[in-house]
Order: sequence, then C-alpha cells, then structure tokens
Amino acid sequence: MSDPTTGNGALVRIEGVEKVFHRGAEDIHVLANLNLQVPAGEFLALMGPSGSGKSTLLNLIGGLDRPTKGSVSVAGDHIETLSDHQLAAWRARHIGFVFQLYNLIPVLTAERNVELPLLLTHLTKAERKKHVATALAMVGLTHRAQHYPRTMSGGEQQRVGIARGIVTDPTLLLCDEPTGDLDRKAGDEILNLLQALNREHGKTIIMVTHDPHASARASRTVYLNKGELTDAPLA
Amino acid sequence: MKFFHLIRGNLLRHKLRTSLTLLSILVAFVLFGFLCAVKQALVGGVALAGADRLIVRHKVSIIQLLPESYQPRMERIPGVAAAAHQTWFGGIYQDPKNFFMQCPVVPEQFMAMFPEFILPPEQMQVWLGTRTGAIVGRNTAERFKWKIGDKIPIMSPIWLRKPWAFDLVGIYDGKEKGTDTTGFYFRYDYFDEARKAQNWGQGQVGWYTIRVKDPAQAAEVARAVDQEFENSPAETKTEPEGAFAQGFANQIGNIAFIVAGILTAVFFTILLVTGSTMSQAVRERIGEIGVLKAIGFTNGQVLALVLAESCLLTVAGGGLGLALAWLITARGDPTGGMLPMFFFPVRDVLIGLALSVALGVITGFLPAQQAMRLRVADALRRM
Repeated sequence: MSDPTTGNGALVRIEGVEKVFHRGAEDIHVLANLNLQVPAGEFLALMGPSGSGKSTLLNLIGGLDRPTKGSVSVAGDHIETLSDHQLAAWRARHIGFVFQLYNLIPVLTAERNVELPLLLTHLTKAERKKHVATALAMVGLTHRAQHYPRTMSGGEQQRVGIARGIVTDPTLLLCDEPTGDLDRKAGDEILNLLQALNREHGKTIIMVTHDPHASARASRTVYLNKGELTDAPLA
Repeated sequence: MKFFHLIRGNLLRHKLRTSLTLLSILVAFVLFGFLCAVKQALVGGVALAGADRLIVRHKVSIIQLLPESYQPRMERIPGVAAAAHQTWFGGIYQDPKNFFMQCPVVPEQFMAMFPEFILPPEQMQVWLGTRTGAIVGRNTAERFKWKIGDKIPIMSPIWLRKPWAFDLVGIYDGKEKGTDTTGFYFRYDYFDEARKAQNWGQGQVGWYTIRVKDPAQAAEVARAVDQEFENSPAETKTEPEGAFAQGFANQIGNIAFIVAGILTAVFFTILLVTGSTMSQAVRERIGEIGVLKAIGFTNGQVLALVLAESCLLTVAGGGLGLALAWLITARGDPTGGMLPMFFFPVRDVLIGLALSVALGVITGFLPAQQAMRLRVADALRRM
C-alpha cells in the first residue's frame, strides 16, 4: 500500500477506501485500502493501465458512487454519508466533469449545453447567459455558441465540455481521459486550457489519463495499479 | 420553463417518429371528439330533460294515441302542476331526407311547459292569433333558410295524406347550447279540426308532458297517473322525461357503452404506441441521462423531465385532435337532421384534455422510473 499525500489541509481526502463490485456470486475488488490527499489548487494526473480502477476512483471523488469501505471527503463533505438527493446537489455545487467522449447533449447548442448545470441554480436567465458567455470565452468558443455539437470538431466539443464543467465555478474539476479521443494537436489545446485553468484561475483538477504526454502537464502524477496507488509506475 | 428547450429538443430528436406518434394521438382524439358529439346527439336529451317533467304515453306503445280528455283528469291528480300534449305529425318537407320533428300543440300550454324554448312575445301573440300559424327552431329555420311570413307546405303521410300549409309566425331559440331547436310546432286546434275530414284520430293525442310540483315526488305522481287510467281502454305508462329520452336512445343500443368500448380500444392502442415511443426515446439516451445526473440533476428532476416530455407529446397531439374535432363538429349535424343535438360539449373537451395529460403520465411513467433508477456510473458507460 502506498500513501502519496502532499500534506495537511487537503481539498480531497481519501482514507482507507475499498471498492468491491459484485458480479453474481463473485466479488471484484477494484480498490483496496486506498489513501490519497489532493490539496486545493493542484493539477493531479492519475495514471494506470486499463482496469486498474482509475475511473472508479474518479467516480468516488466525484460522488457518482460510494466506497464499500473507508471515507472520501471533498471540501470537508464526507460523500459516503450523503443521500442520493444530497449527493446530486453536492455534485452540482462542487464538481465539474469533463468526459473522454465529451458527452454533450446533441439536441442542444453549445450555449445550451454549457447552460445545463446552471439550470439547477437560482440564477436568472440573464445571469445564466452571462455565466455561459464567460465560460465560452474562457475556452475560446464565443463564436460557436449557437452551433450544435455535430457541426463541431472533437477539440471544439471537448472545449464545450470543459466550459460546461467550469461554468458553475466548481470546487473541483474531474477529467476522465479528456484527450483520449483527440489527435495530438487538439489534445495539446485541451491540455493548455486545463493548465491555464489550474495556473491562472487556481482550479483544482484531477485528470485520469493513459497518456504520459498529458500527465506531464500536471503538477503531480500518481499511478494506480491493481487497486493500489504508487508514486511511480510499476516496472 | 427553463427546462423547456431540453424537453423540446429531446422530442424533436427523431422528428419522423415524434410526428407519427403525434399523428396517431391526434387521430385518436379526433375520434374521441366525434364520438362524444354523436353520444351527445343521441343521449343529450337525457341530460337536458327537466327533472320535474314526466312523460305519459300509451302503455302499449308510443304510437298508440291517448284521449284528449285525459288532460283535465291528470291536472286534478295531487302533485301535478300542469299538463300539455303533443302528437307526432311525421310530415315531409319537399324530400323525406329533410327530416325534422313536427307536432301540433296548444301554444300557451306548450310554451309554459318548455321554458327552454325562447320565443319573442310579439311572435307568440301573432301565433295565438293565427290558426294556421307555426313556429320553428333556429336550427331548422337556418337549415331551410326560412323566415317569418313564409308559407311552409308539409306533406303528412299519416294525417289526411295531403300537403298541409302553415304560416311561419315565429322562430324560437334555445336557452342552452344543447337545447334542441329543430322542432316545428303548430296549433292543435287547426290540426284537430282538419282531422275531421279523415274521420280518425279526432280528440286524441300522442303523449302528455306533465310538470310535477315537487320533483322529489315524481315517482309517486307517476304511479298515481297510471292508477288513474288503469283498466281503461287506453292505459298509460308514465316515466321521467329523462328515462323517456333514454328509451329512445336505447333503441339504437347502449350508446354510452358503445362509445366507451370504442374509445377504450383506441386509447389502449395509443397507450402502447406512445409508451413504446417513450421507452425507446429513454433507452436511446441513457448515457445523456447519466450526464445530467453527473452534473447534479436529482432522480426526481430526471423523472419529471421524462414525464414532462411524454405529457408534452400527448397534450400537443390531444390538443390538436380536440381542436380539429371541435372544428369538424362545429359544422353541425352531418346527417341532415337525424342528430339535431350534434355538437362537441365543452365538458367533453375538458375531459379530453384531462385524458391527454393522463395518457402522458401513464405512458411516461415506466420510462421515467427507469431513467430515475439509473446508476450514474452505469449510465455514463453507455454514452
């Protein structure tokens, strides 16, 4: 077991986490006694081979799933103690997601896709519009606001995905293979953007990736292998 | 309303599928509207019947006549406030297809008995002063473009078997929308006098309408009337006006049951069609539902979104269908006189609207529940 923490006052604190999935009579242990701390303002890359539990860990941090054992705390909230309803509200307030396949709603324009998380707030239409415009400007897509995802390149769609992830100014941005479906050039643009969000806006980012080129942009990289975290990849 | 663009966008995702589903709902609601109008035409008289009015007819059949002399005897029975008689004339105006009811009546008694017919007082005065005078309802007057002062020739295959000539002295309106304004009424004294020539039927009438003083005692009064004429050559059968109208409608069958049967089959089919559309729509975007949940939509909000989508579909289809049915039925009786009260009642329009919402809730419930129960992590894997 490894404990690659970076000091006290962590934004994300994972302690003794285990995750077991049940498939029929079989128990599949995906994460075992895992500990991790991520301080505010860090850009953490999470690497590991397929099936190592990276996405499972990201789901636990993002409140999409609950640990079988242990504790996951983000910004002081213990997510394993929250009900489904509370967890949904918590995600809306604290978490921004960026997915590998962008996961935009195809029937909505870029502007409407970015607006989605704001529909859950009490903001007025004018306020929502202003926030959306700011988010789209940050990702350099103001001119594509009225376009539908199908008319955009992969890189542009991912930038819309990032705008959607940051529009509510979440505590934590979770990126699951954000460049996994992009060519090198578009991937670099996305990584530049994430780096800028981290450095210029102090956004805390946890990024799951297979790509060493992508992880090199992070301020720290941890490796997950067979459910355990290490500071360096296994040989 | 801030979620409207999302709901609309999802509905328009597969335009052809949504259009076909919408069309099938629309057709079902047009049929609903049309059948409601038919039902109204056939049994509407039951609802409009006066609660304080009884119909007295010959015990054997409505076509058997009753003596005119029964009237004063009825009026003497305790609980009876007034009595008026009518007789089936069965005349033909130009062509047998031009059907409308004609009856000889005693004007003052008739108008007092049926306050739902509104006749201007000056026209009533002219009628009382014109032996060959007749009044007609607005519906029939407009149908044949008759105006006051016209001479109306009507051939009777029952009485004298010759054309009768009437002077149109009045046009009456109905107090309510459902009031039958197709009837044609003329003076009984003119009719009875003329019957002398055929030496048959004089002093006899078709049926009586009596008004009771207290509707709560209608059954008791009906029994008393029938007892009064028991063991006479013309025994009577007395029943509430509503039951009498229902009896007429029942000659065709149990209209309400037939209509309900057809509509149940139609709506069950629509339930399957719309339910299948909604299930498919939700199944196709499980990943997107996962995204919504990931960014913070609660299970309840996801349930509401899917239900709103199915309700929007059924209410749009239902609303259009009801509007179309309203337009079709607003053109009036499609049979040229057989269904004088053919219209789509507002009450049924409201029932239709409620039905369209219920259809949306029922068809959307299972897919919405399925969407609500999705685990986010599982749903995202299916993007």
